[in-house]
Amino acid sequence: MIRLADQPFDPAAELAVFSAGRAETGAIVSFTGLVRAEGGEAETLELEAYPGFTDAKIAEFVAEATERFGLQAVRIVHRTGRMAVGEPVVFVAVAAAHRRAAFEGCDYLMDYLKSRAPFWKKSHGPAGAAWIEPTTQDADDLARWEAARSTSAHSRESGDPGFLGPVETPALFDKTPGSPLPRG
Amino acid sequence: MLLFGRLADLAGWRVREFEPAPATLSALRARIAEIDANLAEALTGPGVQVALDKALVRGDPALSGVRELAFLPPMSGG
Repeated sequence: MIRLADQPFDPAAELAVFSAGRAETGAIVSFTGLVRAEGGEAETLELEAYPGFTDAKIAEFVAEATERFGLQAVRIVHRTGRMAVGEPVVFVAVAAAHRRAAFEGCDYLMDYLKSRAPFWKKSHGPAGAAWIEPTTQDADDLARWEAARSTSAHSRESGDPGFLGPVETPALFDKTPGSPLPRG
Repeated sequence: MLLFGRLADLAGWRVREFEPAPATLSALRARIAEIDANLAEALTGPGVQVALDKALVRGDPALSGVRELAFLPPMSGG
């Protein structure tokens, strides 16, 4: 479910609704993004969306993440309009059978939302208002997934279901033989 | 026609009806230039994309049958 909200929303309530009645879900990961004060430079943040265009683009990210990580369900709420420091801007929750897929699916969706989602962002502060362009950090965050795409495609071909790749996983756990891995 | 972000700030409006609709995007740009030359120039600026009925287009498409045209400045992300 994808919702553009022009009024404040409650991330805890969103998570409760999302989590209810999931017999086959072993893991839910959620992320809440808040408006940051930027050391007093920002007082309010204004986000503009193009309804019908912005949510369609987000739906493409959700479809990609669902296929790539085998997600069971996704809930995204994204604020529009003006919001104050400390208010939630974005909420992403993903459900999967196991935790790795849930962590990575949520991380992936946030990186795509931050860098590729069609929003226009304006920061209002004591020095006036300014439109914000995408940052280099956002581009770097995306590059992680673009680079990993070829790796995970390769591991899928070789029959490895993990996202860490065939080399790091055994090396990591060989050091603690016999220690049970939590399922979820 | 819809404007977003800094383009809307520059124009001082976000929505405007063009009746009758210009035949092509370039004809629309010419109409806008008569009203607001600064805006017309900004609409050709780097990174400005055009969407017809919420789908991105390139070049100089015909506008017959198009209900909604939007000029999208570079997007900030969420």
